[in-house]
Amino acid sequence: MDSAKEKLLVDKVVTAFSGEITATDTFRGDVTHTVKKNSLKSLCTYLRIEKDLGFNYLVDVLGVDRNTDTKRFEVVYVFYSIPNKQRIRVKVQLDDGESIPTVTDIWRGANWPEREVYDMFGIVFDNHPDLRRIYLEDDWEGYPLRKDYPLRGYKDEFNPNGEERE
Amino acid sequence: MTDNNEELITTKEVSLHMGPQHPSSHGVLHLVLDLKGEKVLKVEPDIGYLHRGTEKIAENLLYHQFTPYTDRLDYMCAMSNNLAYVSAVEKLMDIEITPRAKYIRVIAAELSRISGHLLGMGAWAVDLGAMSILLYMIREREIILDIFEQLCGARLTLTYLRVGGVRYDFTDACKEACQHFVNIMPKRIDEYEGILTGNRIWLDRNKDVGVIKGDDAINLGLSGPSLRATGVDWDVRKDEPYLVYGDLSFDVPVGENGDSFDRYMVRINEMRQSVRIIEQCLQRMPDGPFNVDDPQIVPPVKKEVYNNMESLIHHFKYVSEGFSAPKGEIYSAIESPKGELGVFIVSDGTAKPYRLKLRVPSFMNLQSMNELSQGGYFADVISVLSSLDPVFGECDK
Repeated sequence: MDSAKEKLLVDKVVTAFSGEITATDTFRGDVTHTVKKNSLKSLCTYLRIEKDLGFNYLVDVLGVDRNTDTKRFEVVYVFYSIPNKQRIRVKVQLDDGESIPTVTDIWRGANWPEREVYDMFGIVFDNHPDLRRIYLEDDWEGYPLRKDYPLRGYKDEFNPNGEERE
Repeated sequence: MTDNNEELITTKEVSLHMGPQHPSSHGVLHLVLDLKGEKVLKVEPDIGYLHRGTEKIAENLLYHQFTPYTDRLDYMCAMSNNLAYVSAVEKLMDIEITPRAKYIRVIAAELSRISGHLLGMGAWAVDLGAMSILLYMIREREIILDIFEQLCGARLTLTYLRVGGVRYDFTDACKEACQHFVNIMPKRIDEYEGILTGNRIWLDRNKDVGVIKGDDAINLGLSGPSLRATGVDWDVRKDEPYLVYGDLSFDVPVGENGDSFDRYMVRINEMRQSVRIIEQCLQRMPDGPFNVDDPQIVPPVKKEVYNNMESLIHHFKYVSEGFSAPKGEIYSAIESPKGELGVFIVSDGTAKPYRLKLRVPSFMNLQSMNELSQGGYFADVISVLSSLDPVFGECDK
């Protein structure tokens, strides 16, 4: 990554949100900022409105289960700037059971990806307009992409090969 | 007068379930439609009938073992999925593939783009009542599938692109077949246009149907032809060139009105551009190896495995242990026929991805169904759905 781009995507954002961004990671040219949960929305708005950043397109929202005792989950937002042709990622770390504000009021397109994160990880998005499971049926038990969910699922009448529930 | 009429004829709101086995739902899509007479009040897509837990499977497989699963995402154009996945792994491992492999991959990806568009548009025309056009399009798609068969022996689920290069070399026979295809295709696209572009029924069913403005489309996360039809000029191939797209000359077709017809025109013009790209690649493709020189990543040639002890051991080690990737997180995206197809990988330094997320365009595009069909006629829902061209292997993962 050239230095002008690094200055913009790393230094500018970190300066504007000093104290709120807890870590910045650059790997293979991808910049990821880890931000405190309370500043997520103001950072999103900033990234979107600031002219030379211009991240107007929300590519994806996704969850990661780190399977640790504290700050178990991560929610990662992938952004793209159509006018400036650049990418950035924002990450928020969450404890088990902690909720996170929705960004559907900034990007309506966040609706389904946030539902998917809820479906697969059980992470609740506050003020989401329609927070339901999206792939699995409403009465499904458990969240499949959590690391403690068995690969073959749990045993029941439809799934004889699944694992026994404790 | 219409006002009076509405008072006379009382219409009741009804909720109608369309699918998941409806022939024009392009797979297993279940739409819950709130209708008032012929007018659509709300469309609610219900997806997940084809959910196979691909991401969970990926977490439990070696990096190279997951490649065949990507074929089953968007099965209309498996090469594009292969490309998205292997280039993500290559980005993670910081591998630069050989020039020949890059050209082969571009040809493969563009052929699959054409085949995907052909089937998508053919099915769309069938949904709107034009049977013959599908047969025309299948005719050309067949040529592409024959090329794929020559390339790797498979026709639909190809797994031709592998981490580090491609599985088999691009032979002269393939080159000839591609050249033949490039020669005939522009005329064939003229034929499709002759049937559809000026067709009165086609125009009536698609013009000013499912209109969306550029800003709304960006806000909703549309990508690919559906976004470009609104006039937003964004193509990953052009804006963040991967492989050799930066050296090739091609245009990015955009629309104006963002209606179904523009989505059709963008696809037609994209096919013309793809033919141009393939032609340039055929002329410029250099000789040389089609895999990187790294036995950790590239398996031995099959013939060697049967005749050579060391190759057999190599093969065994490759299949059973795979290769490990460095610790880190990457996101890599390509322009698939449906839009931006991205792969996000979290690696913990082992031979399996810790977390693999597929950013699939069909899923994101389908989200705009309600916005596009609201206020229109019930029959237009079919046109809107087909113009988004969702594939459920990909949408439901």
